[in-house]
Amino acid sequence: MMLDDFLVRAALAGVGTALAAGLLGCFVVWRRMAYFGDATAHAAVLGVALALGFGTSITLGVVIVALAMAVLIHGLSGQGASMDTLLGVLSHGALALGLVAVTMIPGQRIDLDAYLFGDVLSVTRYDLAVIWGGGAVVVGVLWWHWSALLTATLSPDLAYAAGINPRREQLVLTLLLAGVVAVAIKVVGALLITALLIIPAAAARSFARTPERMAIAAMAIGALSALGGLRAAVMFDTQVGPSIICVAVALFGVATLGAKLNLNRAA
Amino acid sequence: MSLIVAQGVDFSHGGQRVLQGVNLALEPGEIVTIVGPNGSGKSTLLRLLIGALRPRKGKIIRQPGLRIGYVPQKLHIDPTLPMTVARFLNLPHAVDPSDAAAALKTAGVPGVADQQMSQLSGGQFQRVLLARAILGRPDVLMLDEATQGLDQPGSASFYRQIEAVRRDLDCAVLMVSHELHVVMSASDRVICLNGHVCCEGTPEVVSAAPAYRELFGTGTGGALALYRHEHDHGHDHNHDHHHHEAAE
Repeated sequence: MMLDDFLVRAALAGVGTALAAGLLGCFVVWRRMAYFGDATAHAAVLGVALALGFGTSITLGVVIVALAMAVLIHGLSGQGASMDTLLGVLSHGALALGLVAVTMIPGQRIDLDAYLFGDVLSVTRYDLAVIWGGGAVVVGVLWWHWSALLTATLSPDLAYAAGINPRREQLVLTLLLAGVVAVAIKVVGALLITALLIIPAAAARSFARTPERMAIAAMAIGALSALGGLRAAVMFDTQVGPSIICVAVALFGVATLGAKLNLNRAA
Repeated sequence: MSLIVAQGVDFSHGGQRVLQGVNLALEPGEIVTIVGPNGSGKSTLLRLLIGALRPRKGKIIRQPGLRIGYVPQKLHIDPTLPMTVARFLNLPHAVDPSDAAAALKTAGVPGVADQQMSQLSGGQFQRVLLARAILGRPDVLMLDEATQGLDQPGSASFYRQIEAVRRDLDCAVLMVSHELHVVMSASDRVICLNGHVCCEGTPEVVSAAPAYRELFGTGTGGALALYRHEHDHGHDHNHDHHHHEAAE
């Protein structure tokens, strides 16, 4: 059976993650939430540690801690104070605490690299189900909330005047971010999840004329990066997660340059 | 029945009292202008009325199902967000392309549908905001310093557009402005705000009211030059409301 091949599973996992991350990543870019992504992703490392400590499923641990971090950030962002420093404290605090906690767990020494940098070559069918199930939820909810989210992103006041609560829409995004982190940690690892969110979206920006086209382009670029990165990793015997991001960065460079040249020619 | 009513509204921001005991009722079809100096709480009041802020005390009552067309003072679109005019007009609800074209024409910017929002001039941008606001067939159009950044002829023509829109849609208009001489003539009622309602009434009544002249008496030029005599008494915050006291 096709899914018996670990490379096929890896490719499916990468593409599934990239599609969800590419779509959500557009909102992360538009709303300048990159640091939110980092904090949520770093919290996932703490989630891994806690899951190992309590002997529960790692996916569950990651989801719960990422969700808790997401809700915490959402609550704090309503206070109006400058978030930048506080997010930095939370983000790196969660990462450091997670790293320390993992080494304190008695018994088996776990391979932390798998969670920091991803381990897509070892994804199981269960992982695939989590990735595509989680990804489908993310895409579905974004589809359903699209107009309201876009209006709230443009201007909270325009949203209020239209009877949309922008705070609620922001909470939806924050929760979805936790979902994407849980889905993506196996593929690119906690340290590079934000990259998978923002780089495809940034690459898509240079040639998109509407938010929808940017979203679709970001999903395509993400999927292309996943496949290209996997192929490069196999060819050059490199780590898959960072290779995916390298390909995404290359695509970003090409797209940005191409758009510049195009603009110069038009001018 | 009034479209929106504010009852004894207080609002504070960062420990600073911005609004105090504000009462206001907007009736269907009327044009009401809120004037006041910088920091007098005009924008805050508008944002309270659309529900973006909650009053610390008092109540805002909107007619159930009230449709608000809101034109903000300025709208910053993040450069990472691509947005054509046509797409913008479809937020949050999809509209018919012919309706969108008609709204752009009404607002005075026909034929910009395919442009990026970021390419528009200041005047075009404000008119597109207006077009989007009227597409929802609002019961009330709310404009917050909508002509900021426009030159004199530009803002005068913008206000003529507003009057035309009001005739077309038969909606109420509530606007905030500092360009008194331009706005006054177009308004049914003027509310002079400075943390509280200083005075209100028809444009003639308000422009003659002492409270108004205390706030705007000097340096405003234009139509205000008619009221050139000096009032040098200080402006203390405990003075009475000068309500319809033009005859004094």
